[in-house]
Parts: sequence; structure tokens; C-alpha cells
Amino acid sequence: MRPSARALTLSAVSVIVVLILSAILWVIFAGSVDHLQTTFNPKSDNAIKIHNLYKLVWILAGIVMAAVLAITLAFSLIFRERPGGKAASHIHGNPKLEVMWTLIPVIIGILIVIPSFQVIADTTGDAPEGAIEIVATGHQWWFEFEYPAAGLVTANELHIPVGRPVEIELRSVDVIHSFWVPQLAGKVDMVPGHNNRLWFTPNERGEYYGQCAEFCGTSHANMRFRVVVESKEDYIAWVTAQTLDAQPAVGELAQAGEGIATTLCAACHTIQGTSAAGTFGPNLTHVGGRGLIASGMIDNDAEGLAEWLSDPAAMKPGSKMPNLNLNSEQIEQLVAYLQGLQ
Amino acid sequence: MATAVGTLPMGHEENSLWTWLTTVDHKKIGVLYGVSGFIFLLIGGLEALTIRTQLAVPNGTVVDADLFNQLFTMHALTMIFLAVMPLGASFFNYLVPLMIGARDVAFPRLNALSYWVFLSGALLLTSSFVFGGAPSGGWFGYAPLTSSEYHISSGMDFYTVGLAILGTSSLMASLNFAVTIINMRAPGLTMMRLPVFIWMTIVVNFLLILSLPVITVALIELYFDRNFSTTFFSPSVGGDPILWQHLFWVFGHPEVYVLILPSMGIVSEVLPVFSRKPLFGYAAVVFAGVAIAVLGFAVWSHHMFTTGLDTVPQMVFSATTMAIGVPTGIKIFNWLSTMYGGQIRFTVAMYFSVAFIALFTIGGISGVMHASPPVDTQQQDTYFIVAHLHYVLFGGAIMGIFSGIYYWFPKMTGRFLDEGWGKLNFWLLFVGTNLTFFPMHFLGLSGMPRRIYTYDSGFGWDTWNMVATIGSYTLAAGFLVFILNFFKTMRQEPSAPNNPWGGSTLEWATTSPPPEHDFDVIPEVRDRDPLWYDRDHNIEQPAAPEHLHIHMPPPSYFPLVLAMGLALVGVGALSHLAITGLGVAVVVYAIWGWALEPTD
Repeated sequence: MRPSARALTLSAVSVIVVLILSAILWVIFAGSVDHLQTTFNPKSDNAIKIHNLYKLVWILAGIVMAAVLAITLAFSLIFRERPGGKAASHIHGNPKLEVMWTLIPVIIGILIVIPSFQVIADTTGDAPEGAIEIVATGHQWWFEFEYPAAGLVTANELHIPVGRPVEIELRSVDVIHSFWVPQLAGKVDMVPGHNNRLWFTPNERGEYYGQCAEFCGTSHANMRFRVVVESKEDYIAWVTAQTLDAQPAVGELAQAGEGIATTLCAACHTIQGTSAAGTFGPNLTHVGGRGLIASGMIDNDAEGLAEWLSDPAAMKPGSKMPNLNLNSEQIEQLVAYLQGLQ
Repeated sequence: MATAVGTLPMGHEENSLWTWLTTVDHKKIGVLYGVSGFIFLLIGGLEALTIRTQLAVPNGTVVDADLFNQLFTMHALTMIFLAVMPLGASFFNYLVPLMIGARDVAFPRLNALSYWVFLSGALLLTSSFVFGGAPSGGWFGYAPLTSSEYHISSGMDFYTVGLAILGTSSLMASLNFAVTIINMRAPGLTMMRLPVFIWMTIVVNFLLILSLPVITVALIELYFDRNFSTTFFSPSVGGDPILWQHLFWVFGHPEVYVLILPSMGIVSEVLPVFSRKPLFGYAAVVFAGVAIAVLGFAVWSHHMFTTGLDTVPQMVFSATTMAIGVPTGIKIFNWLSTMYGGQIRFTVAMYFSVAFIALFTIGGISGVMHASPPVDTQQQDTYFIVAHLHYVLFGGAIMGIFSGIYYWFPKMTGRFLDEGWGKLNFWLLFVGTNLTFFPMHFLGLSGMPRRIYTYDSGFGWDTWNMVATIGSYTLAAGFLVFILNFFKTMRQEPSAPNNPWGGSTLEWATTSPPPEHDFDVIPEVRDRDPLWYDRDHNIEQPAAPEHLHIHMPPPSYFPLVLAMGLALVGVGALSHLAITGLGVAVVVYAIWGWALEPTD
């Protein structure tokens, strides 16, 4: 049976409509690569492996979607009832066709499964020799980062050198969280009682955004962090500075702040070199040097700190840090002290 | 709600509140399920609209974090257990006896009990909003966030007790339908002549029979952990939160097919009738449905690729998940081939069925994408998954349900829903679906996690969130048009003939709406498309005898009493042991009365 001119025209129209839609989608996808938490712009060896597979899967998915949509549209147009049209043909099936379209998804599945297995084997195996060991611990609602070899503990800002593998052990002290920096690695959950592991080798300097990806309670939305990938020299300088004791308070205001910190804050926070040695909240020894506070919610400046200290739960609902009912003078003193903890 | 139901004229019999409370007629129970399911669909929709309004702009202030978490949890629970499942059950109830040429289901009183137990569970779960807060640990209820330590409000207890009650209802209904379909088919209606919708009903009910016990165990364990200090899921004392995830998804994944297969069945009925040719590859479509169900039990861990699953299980669950794409693909190609060479009559029901193919395909394809574990590590728990599941459940399940409503409405009420309003209804839902859910793909790819009540500007998420919110209001408008169409239609006089669309299945052989006993004479089946066969071979339908002596089961109030007893047991589990005791007494009384009730 030769297709009629009408059928050919309508098929062409359908294909063109679907191609235009696909092109629009492509432009939108391409435009999202510079977004802060994009999954389309990998910057580590493992993220690139995932991304190459991702691209293959995208292309196959795009072809299948375009084909099915074009066929659906074309059949809807071509076989719409028309006065004087041919009676519907009473076909019940066609075994050859059935076999063919059973094979199409089988082949597509195999095309995806084989490289997927390869990437699973490559990325979930042991980390390369000489990887930097880091322990990342999820808390409601912030991330703790510990470098056991250097003996340093920090929060919400992970520093690593470019070009060297890092292996991160993922722990949780309360509920399930998930460690995810899309540009550096796929997410792995932080499950209490299961110390999962994750490794990658960053290949470009920069600041990468991450966020908890497993729903973990009231302030799940406010559990963010950043990874700073820096040169080897900058990294060593950072580690060296971080392992030092806290800088002593300078000036009357800051000294008064230290007094508050070592009494009111000491039950939960550690400030190395002072009597404050709590471990429930983030380590504050060098908090003044971090770019953001409250797990990546706000800029770490005098205004932000003051707002946070005046009522943590107002900024981060459910925050485990109580409102200490500080007066504005105490807040000013604490801000001065904390900003000095470079 | 009773009054709203009471306005539905169902044949000529008495229509008082009491007849509805004591009915054992599968058609009335179907209407009860349908109306309840639709009301809960609107409630779930309002929850979704609130969520979208909160997320329309960065740092939204419409609801606070805690309420937002309750809303997204209840949105999922409402849509899955209180809307889409009962709407599916509504079609099963109304249509199964009619499509297999029976006078009722195998156990009519059990059928009534299923409905009343469903309603008790639904009301109990929803009432949590006013009794100390709804559950806020997600519909997946992951431990240990849902333990008494981290989820202090009683919301999670409403979740365990409510879902256990709803599961009881589904289990009873499933056994009832399985027995009905296997035992009560009309003469000549062999298994391989069953309408595909009936096949999908069997498959769904076996899925439920096999998966509900698993979630019931998990719910009881969670309830014990929360209330009796057991430690099934507490990591600090040797329990394991991952155990919950396995139990939950062994149920949860088959549950996805419980939601979508009824719509696949509906589409398989609608497409041939309006293409005016038989379904292409009947056997392939049936076996593909069975294959989806069987494979559906072997893929649950693909929900857990990021939990630290070892290399080999990642590969195995990836391969089984990919394998489900094969029967799914077969179905899509067969539906398209059914349209090929047809004389397609584009009624509203047909619009929805064709839209089902297109939208479900998009959701199916994104599903194959994250069947690849490495890809999934970048998509899991992002808006990409939200886009995927809504293309399957809204673009799929809901489009199919609307197709079924427009298709069978004349059979159920004797009236045609207005086609003009119906087309407006369709286009608003079709455009709204794509406007709401397609941008969520972009959000996921730009790294926006799910279940966040707020986000900052600067991540590239602002525009598409706004577009999605506009889309959600478009969907709301679509629902409004449907409701107006419904009430407009119900004011008209019934005018539908027995077989207005030229359908081929048995329900079209009886009057619209059908009499209480469904068929004056039980039809005889000679072909897979019985009415078309009889038409083409000039076989006259046998005339009804002058005096009908058809024995139908009498109404009974014991199902309602028994359901109220079970509800009391549930309320007691949430409050005081004495109420549970009272509930048990009511249950025992109802069972006693039920057993001794005269049957004629």
C-alpha cells in the first residue's frame, strides 16, 4: 500500500513539530550548564565518567521520545475520521512487528546497561592510592568535615586540592542525609550505622555548591555546603592555618565576646585553644574564615551573624541551636569575637 | 458527601441515604468509591497548589517549613491511597461484573466492607491535620526520621495506623475481584477473551495481594518502634534503617504499577473503540501487563541506588529495571498500531487516551534514564524525579482515569458529559500537565533537590518554578471545568442508548444505566470482541423473559458496623486502649451478625 500524499504531508508536519520542540528543549538544557548546582558541567574524573554515560542516555532517550511523539501525532492526524474515508482495517496483530518492537527496547536497554556497569565498577570501587581521607558527618541540619590525618575539624566548607583524589567517609549522627556536589560526584547517602564511602579527583579549581539531597526533617532545605577546590599551595596553607589554636580575642569588645563564648556556647561548640569543647554543634575555631554561616544559608558578615545569634530558629526552622536570649550588647560582643576567629 | 452521592440517580430504585449505607450493589459501591476518590483528589490537589504557591518565588512565605513538610507528605499519601487507588477501585467495582457478564462480585458484602474500611482509614489519616499535625516524614516514611525521637508529633502514628487500615481494605477488595474474575465469567468468556481492562484488574489485584503484607509488616514494626520501644530500625541499638527501605519499596514499587495499570487497561479499551478496529496484538498487551507486574517485584532497590548499595546489586537492579522498559515499550507500540489504519473518532475520551500514550511515554523514558545507577546518583531526590513520577502518575494514571470517566459516564448515568466542555477540560489538563511538570526536568538538572520548602535566588531555579506554579493553576482550572461539566450534565435527562460509542465489550449490551441485576439474560460470548462479533454475524441478543426472577443479595448494615469497629480499633491505637477494646467488641458483634444474617 503506497502512502497517500496527504499521509506524507501530515507525517512531515508531525516530524517538524516534534523537531522544533526538541530543539527548544536542547537550547534550554544547554543554557543550564552555568547554574551553580548544575548536573551538566562535571569537574572531577568520576563526575565526567557519569556525565559521559549521562550524555549517551540523554541522546537515546531524546531519540525515542521524539520518535514516539512524532508517530502519535502523525497517526492522530492521518487516521482522523473523514467523511468518505476508508473503513477501518480489521487487523488483529502482526507477529513480525511484535518481535521487532520487542527487540528495540531490548537493544536500547543493552546499550545503556553495558556502559552503566562499566561506570559503576569504575566509580564505586576503591579509591586510588594516596587519596586524602576525609570524614563527612551529617547533622540535622549541617555538615561536619574532619581531616583525621591533619587532626582538624570544620563545618559546611570543604577544602580540597585540585588533581588529588579524595576519599570521603560518610556518616550521620541522627537521620539519613545525602552528600551531593553535582559537579564533583553523584550523591551518596549518609546513613546512620552504615559508613558509606565516596571518592573523586577534582580537576579544576573553583567553588562548588552542594546540598543535602535526602529529606532529613524540618530544615532539610537549609542544609547546604560548599567545596573549595584550590591549588596545592593554597590547600596546604589552609590546612596549616586550620590546625592552629583559635586566635586570641583582640580588643575589649571581642574579649567580652570570648567570655560569653566560653560559657554560653561551650556546651555545644569547640573553640580549640579555649575551654570551649562541646561537640554537638559546628567547630568554631576558625569560623571567621568561612564564607557563609548557618550551613550555607547566609553571608558570614556582622549583620548575618547578629541575625543568626538573635534567634537561630527564625532563620533556620527547627534549628537545634537554642535561642540564648542574648541582648544586643552581647550579640555585638560575640560577633566581634567570632569574626576574629580567622 | 452522602447528599452529593444521593443526587446521582441510579436506575429507578429507592435512593435514600439508608440504601447507600447498606448497599451491596457493586455499581453503587463503585459510585461511592468514585465520588470519595474524586473528593480526595481535590484535597490532594489543594495540597499541591499550596506547595506550588510556596515555591513560586524564592524564599516563599506562604507556609512554614513544618507545614510544608506535612503538605508534601500528605499530598503523596492522599493522591496514592485516597485518590488514584479508590478511583481505580471505582472502575473495578462498577465495571468488572458488567464486563464479564456477571450480576455482582463474588462477595457483595465484603465489597461493601472494603469501601467502608477504606473510608474510615482515609478519614482517620486526613484527620491528623487537626489532631496535632499530619505526618511530615514523607510518604516513604524513612527511618530513623520517622522514629519517636525525630518525629515527635503523632502524625507518623496516624500514618502507620491509617495505612494499615487502608491496606486491609485493599486486601479484601483484591481477593474479591480476583475470585470474581476467575469464577464468574459469562459462558464463553475464556481468559484469553477477557477485555484488557479486566486483565489489568487481575494483575493489579494480585500485585496488591502479594505486596500489601510486606508494608503491613513494616508499618507494624514502625508502630512498635514508636510506641513500644522496639528497635527494628534504630541504628544506635542494632536496628537498621535500611531494612525499612527494603520493606517499604518491596511494596512501594509494585504499588506504582497498581496506580498505572488500571489506566493502561482503560486506554486499551478506549483506543480500539474510537479507532474502530480491534486492539492490535491483544495477547502481547496482556502478557506485557503480566510481565510488568512480575518484573515489578524485582526492581525495588532502584529506589535505593544512593544508599551505598554494593556493586553487584546495583548492576542487578539496574538490569531488571531496564527490562521493565521492554513490556512497557511493547504496550506503547501496540496502542499506536491500534490507531494505525483506523477511522479515529476524536471524542474527549479518545483525546485523553492519546494524551496518555504521549505523556506516559515521556515518564517511561525518564524512568529508563535513572535505571542506570550512575545517572541516578545525579537525578535521585531531585526535581527530575518529581517530573518523572508526575508524567507517569498525572500524565499517565490521571489522563487514563479521565478517559475512563468520559467513556463510561453514559453507561453509569445514562447521560453524556458535554463534549465541548470536555475538550476545554482536556486542553487545560494537557497544557497544565506539561507546563507544571516539564520544567521540573530542568530544575532537577540544575540540581534542585526535592522536598525543600524554600530556595534562594541565584541557582537558576526561579523562572521554571514560576512556570510550574502557573501550570498548577492551569490544572486547577481544568478540574474546575470538569466539575462544572459534571453538574451541568447531571441536570439533563438520561438519553444514552445501550451502546452509544459502538463498544465491543459486554457492559454495552445492557441498559445505560444498568438495572440492579446488570443483565436480564446473562450474555453468551463467542469472540474477544463479543458485541462486534454478534453485530457482524447478525446474532440477535436473546430477549428478556416476561417475568424476571433474579435473586440479588439483600442490603446489609453489618459491613458498615464492622468498618466502624475497625476504625475504633485504629482510633484506640492512637489514643487509649479502652477504645481499642470497644472497637474489638463492635467488630466481634458485626462478624456475628454478618455470619447469621439471612441471605434472602
